[in-house]
Amino acid sequence: MTPLLITSYTATTCLGQGLDALLAGLREGRSGLAPCAFETTMLDTWIGEVATVDAQKLPEMLARYDCRNNRLALLGLEADGFAERVRETIARYGKSRVGIFLGTSTAGILQTELAYRRRDLATGALPGDFNYRTTHNTFSLGEFAREYFGLEGPAVVISTACSSSAKVFAAAARQLACGTIDAALVGGVDSLCLTTLYGFASLQLTSATPCRPYDAARNGISVGEGAAFALLERAPEIPEPGALLLLGSGESSDAYHMSSPHPEGLGARLAMEAALRSAGLTPGDIDYLNLHGTATPANDAAEGKAVAALFGDRVACSSTKGATGHTLGAAGAIEAVICTLALANDLLPGSPHTETLDPGIPLQYLLHARPGKLRRALSNSFGFGGSNCSLVLGIAQ
Amino acid sequence: MTHIPLAAWIEGIGFLAPGLPNWPVTRAVLRGEQPFTAAASVLPAPTILPPAESRRASRIVKLTLAVGLEAATQAEADAGTLATVFSSSGADGYNCHALCEQLATDDRQISPTRFHNSVHNAAAGYWGIATKSMAPCQVLCAYDASFGAGLLDALAQVVVDRQPTLLIAYDSEYPEPLHSQRDIPDCGGAALLLMPEKTTRSLAHITVTRTERPADVLADSGMESLRQKIPALRCLPLLQKLARGESGEVCLDYLSSMQLLVEIR
Repeated sequence: MTPLLITSYTATTCLGQGLDALLAGLREGRSGLAPCAFETTMLDTWIGEVATVDAQKLPEMLARYDCRNNRLALLGLEADGFAERVRETIARYGKSRVGIFLGTSTAGILQTELAYRRRDLATGALPGDFNYRTTHNTFSLGEFAREYFGLEGPAVVISTACSSSAKVFAAAARQLACGTIDAALVGGVDSLCLTTLYGFASLQLTSATPCRPYDAARNGISVGEGAAFALLERAPEIPEPGALLLLGSGESSDAYHMSSPHPEGLGARLAMEAALRSAGLTPGDIDYLNLHGTATPANDAAEGKAVAALFGDRVACSSTKGATGHTLGAAGAIEAVICTLALANDLLPGSPHTETLDPGIPLQYLLHARPGKLRRALSNSFGFGGSNCSLVLGIAQ
Repeated sequence: MTHIPLAAWIEGIGFLAPGLPNWPVTRAVLRGEQPFTAAASVLPAPTILPPAESRRASRIVKLTLAVGLEAATQAEADAGTLATVFSSSGADGYNCHALCEQLATDDRQISPTRFHNSVHNAAAGYWGIATKSMAPCQVLCAYDASFGAGLLDALAQVVVDRQPTLLIAYDSEYPEPLHSQRDIPDCGGAALLLMPEKTTRSLAHITVTRTERPADVLADSGMESLRQKIPALRCLPLLQKLARGESGEVCLDYLSSMQLLVEIR
């Protein structure tokens, strides 16, 4: 693909609102995970909760969109002056020439879970204040963003479980390549809810301790929540030194199982190969890999095999889910932003909570963050249903 | 600035809706050769799945396999090689209801199968397993604009990646109490196999641009009701032209202040 400029970006996770909190957390090897005390859950697990979501108010005009997911979206959009950059971009290109491509797995399903506790005893009806379209529906996130910015261009929400907000970069790149838009607001937002917390617990995929990606004793994920966004625009033929770029994307399917990865990581490998091909690069051109690394025994073993087969142990890599938790549909965008931060700040992120690396996975895995000059990074995101996406990001020299 | 028209050759069509069991019947109705008779959707048991899994398959899995494979078969394409775009305004409504109902009780130990079937890309996941396709698979949602959103991404894959792409737009109903909030009446879906090049099997060429003109409607009130109530069937004005072998323009409903003008030749 033709490289695209990442002209602005932001992320909000359990490490805090905005890039400063995320960068400081990554540098210091901090983790935002804490024992789960979310809502009325009774689960022996750790989560990555964003502290200030409940305090976030939506504008009165958009009150019908009020739910945890859209509050988190707004908290994320308002960080780092990102929303202002979006408005400047709309002013430059026009409100029909900026597209919206956002990812989520569960949108505002929490609102429905809560409404089901308040059903009419006689009729079973949901309470009158419940609004399916603006909270529960997968597109509620995209429609909220479109209304918030007064946009009139194309808008879509991609929902492929944990690869959702990586795939938004690929979808936006295609529309930019066709010239149907001049800029794209891409990103992902996923918020805590009972469906995912009890759901991953039912699959015995949640850990009773903070998640330990690629550790020999890893035993499950820590569910997190978060929001990350970026603005993509076409790049000049020779981007200015220091410009941050989306260089390639690759998508594939496992065709194997709904909730288990292909044991040899075949789909993962196809996605990474496609991303490298799309960027016109070879494995040797990559300086850092942000792994999907959920810390389930099966995911890390399968991904590790695919990465080792393609990159050997030559490339520094880590999963940052020990810092942020697994933010599910937001993970792709959050980790693309982490790669972008790493490129812009000469930082190789580490892996908080991971102590003893799995000796069966021969990778150059970074336990601790360290400074390092990098030019290109690859980020992996894999989801239920066998949906895989890899992105290649770079910094112009 | 680069500008590549969003265009493709249609090589296969699949269709299933209430009273319309497949594309040949739908084509006959759209051509005026037989009347539209309202009836519940009939979802065939997917023969591509082993018998046990075929019986367990949910309504959206049966629906997407039926329309997707109908389009691929018509084009004599190997479904296992096709990039896919799944577009739906919701996922499995019964599964969602069952989860929310149980999570509202004191026993929150939900079934793991229910959980993995709750993802928006559940039907796409089963498609991959059934067809053994490792090709890219997109799954998206734009509420009532989901057909248009799927068409835009599928066409972009055709023209940018130069690959055959199967668009599968589908919707299913919610049981109460969610049905009162989202009153999709029944299952309905359409599939279009889109190709970058003309072949001997090509049915028509389409080019899509944006417009602010209102979406076209159908003269038959029963068919128009389907177009309005099942978002995936917002494609019906396009399918009517294709059924009649007509060229010209047709306007499909998409988002507020942005509709899609499809030029057929």
